[in-house]
Amino acid sequence: MSDDTAPDENWGQQFDRLPPTADDRVVEGRPSREEVVDWWEERFGVDPAVFDGYTFWEKGAGKIWAFHGEVVDPIKVEGLGMRILRTRQRHWKPSTNAVQRFCGDATKNVIELSPGEAKAFVNGHDQQLDWWEGDWGYLTAAHEIAGELEPLGVGLYLHGELRSTVPKGRQEELVKLD
Amino acid sequence: MRRHRPTGRRDWFGRSFSGDDANEAGDSDDADDSETDKRAPAESSVMNPLQRYAPLVDDEEAFFAACERPLPSVVRVNTIKTTVARAREALDDEGVAYEPTDWHPGVLKLEDSSPGTNWPYFHGWLHGQEEVSALPAIALDPQPGERVWDTCAAPGSKTTQIAAMMDDEGVLVGNDNNLGRLSALRHNAERLGVTNLVVSNQDARNFSMKPFGERTPEQSGSFEQFDRVLVDAPCSCEGTCRKNPDVLDEWTMNHVKSVAGIQKGILRRAVQVTKTGGTVVYSTCTFAPEENEAILDFVLEREDCEVVEWDVPDGFETAPGITEWEGDEYDPSVTKARRVYPHHNDTGGFFTAKLEVTA
Repeated sequence: MSDDTAPDENWGQQFDRLPPTADDRVVEGRPSREEVVDWWEERFGVDPAVFDGYTFWEKGAGKIWAFHGEVVDPIKVEGLGMRILRTRQRHWKPSTNAVQRFCGDATKNVIELSPGEAKAFVNGHDQQLDWWEGDWGYLTAAHEIAGELEPLGVGLYLHGELRSTVPKGRQEELVKLD
Repeated sequence: MRRHRPTGRRDWFGRSFSGDDANEAGDSDDADDSETDKRAPAESSVMNPLQRYAPLVDDEEAFFAACERPLPSVVRVNTIKTTVARAREALDDEGVAYEPTDWHPGVLKLEDSSPGTNWPYFHGWLHGQEEVSALPAIALDPQPGERVWDTCAAPGSKTTQIAAMMDDEGVLVGNDNNLGRLSALRHNAERLGVTNLVVSNQDARNFSMKPFGERTPEQSGSFEQFDRVLVDAPCSCEGTCRKNPDVLDEWTMNHVKSVAGIQKGILRRAVQVTKTGGTVVYSTCTFAPEENEAILDFVLEREDCEVVEWDVPDGFETAPGITEWEGDEYDPSVTKARRVYPHHNDTGGFFTAKLEVTA
């Protein structure tokens, strides 16, 4: 399958499994499974046990996918589980879908939005929220629904402003709420 | 009195479609009805395809009347991201009226046919799915950790239901030959939080197991056969006429014949890549025996498999598959397949058969 690519280079046409640890790394710049799991724990307090049974993959430079099963490595398919993280850049960026899926029990960097703020957030609006006293950078934006806090997506907090990164295709799903 | 559909109806996703030229041909007395003459000459010479099936149904009048009514909006609760209780609480909080179906606590009929969108939908707790299309996954009965292939997966309603039934764990291959439709599958799967899906873009009729390591059995994660396969085949779709009346105008016998060839090819390949003792479910949304029992009969003769009974949910009415149609006879075991007519449960029309692979 990978005859036409050397084992030590990243190749955008297939999914390559992440090495278990940095010591196992062959492809330059590719994060390890350990680094990815650690990142979710450090950033959001996600219990590493949440990812037991998951395999992690890179397709294209820095796009990391989580798959809840086992397949051969490498594999040439159109999709493998869920795109969870963008790496190979200074600040790793989580995806909206991954935060919704894995940050339900997040304990860190979760910004709770009021009903009005939540609505503006999922409609893609950036908001001045000076009351936030936590970290800057990528946050899990959440709101209360059916009695519990639930993640909405990823916000980028800088200089008192929460920027929404909710993709256009997901914004439409709330357009008619008013 | 003829019933007219309101114009400018909107579906769950807010897409509008005009209903004023809806299924006029749905009445049983249409053959000599002057209103049908309004159609273009080429069309008026074509019989309403639903008329073909009148001899098969128990109550013709109820059948044609149901086919003409618009379909209720139905959503399935996505248990990958929430529970049925919490999704219902969220709908209650927003004042969205719904009624659980008699046969499935996670399938909810919305009372307003144009609910727009709402918080539980945004969170991926709900998925708009026609009620009757929840049947094939129930017949398939996938288990956590298994290897399952959905041959014609896009846009993914049944695929994501299968993922939820697998507790989102194992290997679920969602395949479609149309790359454009695959993006809808990916979008739906990610919104619903599915993480056990492998998206593939092949012609299901000659589906290759090579990408999954068929030729390298020593490699970790490789496999060459599936535990279960769903063939939700492309078809002439008359069963969806309550949602999309155009299917009746576009219906031709030539299309039935050509799509039947595709159905045979996909079902044969499905049986070939399923392990002995494994399950293949064949489903369509057409009433045409040429696309249902005839396909089963064809594959039963050529591949190692048999039709088996499957547990239709309590409270859901079905009819057995048929063994005779327009001079053709089919294997007696096809009566174990289930036909669903729109008047039975106030749904779309459907056909579902369960096969067990015997060698």
